[in-house]
Amino acid sequence: MLKIKDLHASVDDKEILRGINLEVKAGEVHAIMGPNGSGKSTLASVIAGNERFEVTQGSIELSGEDLEEVSPEERAHKGVFLSFQYPVEIPGVSVTNFMKTAINESRKAKGLEDMPAKDMLKLIREKSELLEIDRKFLSRSLNEGFSGGEKKRNEIFQMAMLEPKVAILDETDSGLDIDALRIVASGVNKLKSKDNAVILITHYQRLLEYIVPDFVHVLHNGKIVKSGGKELALELEEKGYDWLKQETAV
Amino acid sequence: MAYTEEELKKELETKEYEYGFYTDIESDTFPIGLNEEIVIAISKKKEEPEWMTQWRLEAFRVWESMEEPNWANVHYDKPDFQNISYYSAPKSADPNKTLDDVDPDLLEMYRKLGISVDEQKKLQNVAVDIVVDSVSVATTFKKTLAEKGIIFMPISEAIKEHPELVKKYMGTVVPQKDNFYAALNSAVFTDGSFCYIPKGVRCPMELSTYFRINQAGTGQFERTLLIADEDSYVSYLEGCTAPSRDENQLHAAVVELIALDGAEIKYSTVQNWFPGNKEGKGGVYNFVTKRAICEKNAKVSWTQVETGSAVTWKYPSCILKGDNSIGEFYSIAVTNNYQQADTGTKMIHLGKNTKSTIISKGISAGKSQNSYRGLVQINSRADNARNFSQCDSLLMGNECGAHTFPYIEAKNKSAMIEHEATTSKIGEDQIFYCNQRGIDTEKAIALIVNGFSKEVLNKLPMEFAVEAQKLLEISLEGSVG
Ligand SMILES: Nc1ncnc2c1ncn2[C@@H]1O[C@H](COP(=O)(O)OP(=O)(O)OP(=O)(O)O)[C@@H](O)[C@H]1O
Ligand SMILES: [Mg+2]
Repeated sequence: MLKIKDLHASVDDKEILRGINLEVKAGEVHAIMGPNGSGKSTLASVIAGNERFEVTQGSIELSGEDLEEVSPEERAHKGVFLSFQYPVEIPGVSVTNFMKTAINESRKAKGLEDMPAKDMLKLIREKSELLEIDRKFLSRSLNEGFSGGEKKRNEIFQMAMLEPKVAILDETDSGLDIDALRIVASGVNKLKSKDNAVILITHYQRLLEYIVPDFVHVLHNGKIVKSGGKELALELEEKGYDWLKQETAV
Repeated sequence: MAYTEEELKKELETKEYEYGFYTDIESDTFPIGLNEEIVIAISKKKEEPEWMTQWRLEAFRVWESMEEPNWANVHYDKPDFQNISYYSAPKSADPNKTLDDVDPDLLEMYRKLGISVDEQKKLQNVAVDIVVDSVSVATTFKKTLAEKGIIFMPISEAIKEHPELVKKYMGTVVPQKDNFYAALNSAVFTDGSFCYIPKGVRCPMELSTYFRINQAGTGQFERTLLIADEDSYVSYLEGCTAPSRDENQLHAAVVELIALDGAEIKYSTVQNWFPGNKEGKGGVYNFVTKRAICEKNAKVSWTQVETGSAVTWKYPSCILKGDNSIGEFYSIAVTNNYQQADTGTKMIHLGKNTKSTIISKGISAGKSQNSYRGLVQINSRADNARNFSQCDSLLMGNECGAHTFPYIEAKNKSAMIEHEATTSKIGEDQIFYCNQRGIDTEKAIALIVNGFSKEVLNKLPMEFAVEAQKLLEISLEGSVG
């Protein structure tokens, strides 16, 4: 579904991704771990098409289509979703209005009419229940004054609304309390199917107990330096990253 | 659409004036220049009574002794007042005409503006008094209003038909000598609207006037007088558009609102006079004096969405004369390219327990300059006066400017005055966030700007809010296709 080949990307002439290879098939869950500053969020941004970063080499394919010339919004229309590590605030724009706009823009791109208000309300009700979000919350300005955990839960609510093909969750677990983590994880699990894929960026094993990955990758210095099964995460939790850093330095 | 500051800037600059067309209507135009003869000629042309002619002449003499103010944060070539024609009426105008008889060219012009008369007719509960250049050509709903005793007509007619009202109130809120432009307007105004709501009457519909500038090199000097008698209510909408012209055009209107005891007036404006092209050439100079007087328990709300004009100088104000009176000012001012706006309000608290609220939203893009200038004055006998002011600025790109000049003069210790101000920028991260959710850059900007302006947009009557939102999008996004 998502195929990344020898991907190099830089910002202001500083190379951050230095040859990433990753293939994510439909139905799979991949975890990406790695030390701070190793390039995890950058990889997520580049997949989503953030033009702040320049792709200098390599390619990203979604369902066989090269994404090089595809704008961020078109990638979104094609089913790429990014749950941001630091969601931004948009004052005066309610969560509901924002979602309504997002959904209708995607529909417009596909030549569909706006979603009827009735259906929209039904969808909002259904998804807010899934994530146990108080409806009052949805009339507040997007992310404005939201607590860290509320922002993350709101990201997953948006994911639920948009039903993406490839969802990248960038440290969605950090900031969530124990109950919220369970709610959000079970939400993600319910949304998971054989037709979509999830990439989890995380520092902690705990999330992976709820959303069990098929593969775990370690990113270091802009490269995947190790891949394995879910047991790799346990090993990392125990040993840290130093042994890998040394291994790759050789 | 990719978004970088550079690209956004380009995108904004590509916006051309949507209403930049010119309808060729034969008109009856005075020679350029201003002197007593011209003032008398205007008065004569309008078949005015002698007292009106004298009133104009008084104003003209005061104006001659005045100097154009230059304290505002705007820079422009001062208009040559002897190089302007002070009267221009479409030849086809006839006050007895019904809407159906209106010149097809005019109707075409309205169609281009999206305010075709046909459409207006369908707009229920909106009476339209259309002013083209300086003469009203059509008035609708007059009958419905007359049944309630409401008078809504061109001011030129009111001078003849209701001289007692005009004489009693005109110049009481904005005296002839108030300021340079007001004096000029008082001398040469050619038309505008007059409205009187009798005691205890709630005006059943929103009253609306669309102004246009259609003749090259003519100035527009509208004069509006609105009187809400005791315990009455009226909501008045004013919308403006002007066709594209190369030379700068002058617009110096005067609006006077009188809210008697217990009356409430809502005055909403959407202003999109031609702002000049993207090189800063052309555009309307908009120097407007708008002021309201509130008697006991009266309330006046000014709501404005300003997207047009090359230079704007405008401070809708409230004199809170009566005890317990309330003044409100809600404003969105958008500047782009080389536009300059210096706008804000004055709240003069004279009565006890008077309250004022000021919410100002300034949006600047391109190389424009956007200034908020506000005065809150609490008089010594205005016990327990309260004011809340909030001025927010939103910047797009790095070449524009936003400025806030809040002046506070409190002469009474019991006054409670709060002032808040913020400045923010549309960030690349906000745009990318929207893009990632499938919203393109153009739509994202519209969304962010609408969110920023929401508190003010919410104050507009429904049909106007939709138009205002459209205007904000047009002003900022350009014709990116
Ligand atoms: N816009 C930018 N300008 C300059 N440097 C950047 C920019 N974005 C990222 N970087 C740098 O790229 C490197 C990788 O950053 P990235 O955010 O991808 O790390 P990360 O793996 O997500 O880290 P964390 O675990 O702390 O979230 C860091 O050194 C960061 O400072
Ligand atoms: Mg990160």
